[in-house]
Amino acid sequence: MTAIQNKHNAVFGVSMQRLNNGKIFMEKIAVKVDDLTVAYDYKPVLWDIDLQIPEGVLMAIVGPNGAGKSTLIKAILGILKPIAGSVTIFDKPYKSQRKHVAYVPQKGSVDWDFPTTALDVVMMGTYGGLGWIKRPGIKEKKGALEALEKVGMLSFKSRQISQLSGGQQQRIFLARALVQDASIYFMDEPFQGVDATTEVAIINILKELRKAGKTVVVVHHDLQTVPEYFDWVTFLNVKKIATGTIKDVFNDDNLTKTYGINYKVSIQK
Amino acid sequence: MEIIEYIKLVFSDYTLRTITLGTAVLGAVTGMLGSFAVLRKESLLGDAISHAALPGIAIAFLITGSKDTNILLIGALVSGLIGTLWIRGITSKTHLKSDTALGLILSLFFGFGMLLLTYIQKLPDANQAGLDKYLFGQAATLLESDVWLMTFVTGLCLLVLLLFWKEFKILLFDKDYAHTLGFNTKFIDILITSFIVLAIVLGLQTVGVVLMSAMLLAPAAAARQWTNSLGKMVFLAAVLGGSAGVFGTAISATQNNLSTGPVIVLVASVFVLFSFIFSPKRGLLFKRIRLIKNRNDLELQKTLAFMYHIVEDHEDVSHPHTIRMLNNFQGYSRKGLRKLVDKNYVELEGGMWSLTSEGFKAAENLYNQNTKDE
Repeated sequence: MTAIQNKHNAVFGVSMQRLNNGKIFMEKIAVKVDDLTVAYDYKPVLWDIDLQIPEGVLMAIVGPNGAGKSTLIKAILGILKPIAGSVTIFDKPYKSQRKHVAYVPQKGSVDWDFPTTALDVVMMGTYGGLGWIKRPGIKEKKGALEALEKVGMLSFKSRQISQLSGGQQQRIFLARALVQDASIYFMDEPFQGVDATTEVAIINILKELRKAGKTVVVVHHDLQTVPEYFDWVTFLNVKKIATGTIKDVFNDDNLTKTYGINYKVSIQK
Repeated sequence: MEIIEYIKLVFSDYTLRTITLGTAVLGAVTGMLGSFAVLRKESLLGDAISHAALPGIAIAFLITGSKDTNILLIGALVSGLIGTLWIRGITSKTHLKSDTALGLILSLFFGFGMLLLTYIQKLPDANQAGLDKYLFGQAATLLESDVWLMTFVTGLCLLVLLLFWKEFKILLFDKDYAHTLGFNTKFIDILITSFIVLAIVLGLQTVGVVLMSAMLLAPAAAARQWTNSLGKMVFLAAVLGGSAGVFGTAISATQNNLSTGPVIVLVASVFVLFSFIFSPKRGLLFKRIRLIKNRNDLELQKTLAFMYHIVEDHEDVSHPHTIRMLNNFQGYSRKGLRKLVDKNYVELEGGMWSLTSEGFKAAENLYNQNTKDE
């Protein structure tokens, strides 16, 4: 980006991009991360991350184990307290914008033997909109059922969650986020441990979300599928290596910088 | 004392009525809150808190010189809360896991409490006797005012539970997610833990420091076996806890020299044992029965499928074949064959078997189902 563009971004909170035909178009920045640094002990897990995620993209966050991918999402969502840095959602501090943001945590982060049903878990997605004390009603239940249908799990609505397969549990988590009807979705490895059918089902939902103008950010492990599934990618290894469209940044150079080894995969673009 | 006489006494005798009501209410509130402790995998927290309460009782006595229950229990509450805070502090500030922190605080506070108790015992004062009742509890010392206090706390707990039900549920299931929805998870956390500490402290007089955690865990563990709904689990745990209180008191009152607290805990443990074995979905007995049944069914299905393959190419499905043929098939047994005859799938005549048309249809369905799944 040129200096003028940078200045423009700072003033208007929008990003300019030079398209193939040379025209500059402006798009809204959905998520803006500035100088974010997170450490568990002495060792920083994330170091000085600056990241701008334009509205309406389907972005993969890739990097080796321990690169801080999950940590980045958790820090953006305020689950982890950063040492330094700030996060804005549509130009306002995250705290005031929670209702625009939905989160799909890693499937393994909860106890699936918890005494509850699939529908009940999806209903939890409505709790944020309800606020304190108020109970979910008919409207919330209707929304939850619709979300279950979207992920193809309607017939499992009364199933105890421990009786669901790993892929089905992942779909339940996805449905719970869909109920929130947010503008920005953060997903932590939604494809982990799911079979091919579920993977296709999930990616179709993600693509539908993008079509509806939503912004979707996904921690992803399978480099082979990045160009196929996503249109933007962020390379992360404690520091941000690169971020941009698949076409611009998904290349051997960045892969090597991120993974440390000489990455000579000529992945199809 | 006979049971009938006892039942009469519960309604007429003031002391017995007080104790029965007290243990019932205590069992209900600890059962309710225990469900949350169990689901948060903090089963041992109750044990640590109750042990941590002991020095508080001793210090409250040393400061005030009074043996009034309420004053001593305030001491217990304060030191129980301090213990809880330290446990939380240790787990969040060091690399130690929560089981280590719990064990550490439990033994540290309990040791200190015992030290103070022995010190108090040697004081030249006639007033000091009786503090050790908090070790194992003494239900007979329950007063009507104690029962009122317990009822008040139970009512308050119930109210908070109803108000914050959805917040409690989401915190228990997925704390991080609850945070992203904008809920103050720290506040909910503190609310639950405070009530757990309060319930434990209230039970010290009746059940005592050492056994108190069983009052939290046993009803909840038993209730979990019977239901897959959080609401039902909490309700059932309250009912089971209350019943353990009532039955425990009844047993200890009708037999001489049986101390009430331990009997209540034993009754609750019987509930747990019964639930572990006999609950229809998660119980060991029915699990075992289901396993054996499924295995037998599969064995029959395999035999039937084998027969189907032999018969498949014949025009007449009921064409007889020799039984000897089946010996080639590894899952074959005489017993299984007889069962197939009982089901009217197979007919036997001399050394020959033949599939009935019913058996052929069943095998066909079986075959279709299995291939469809693949």
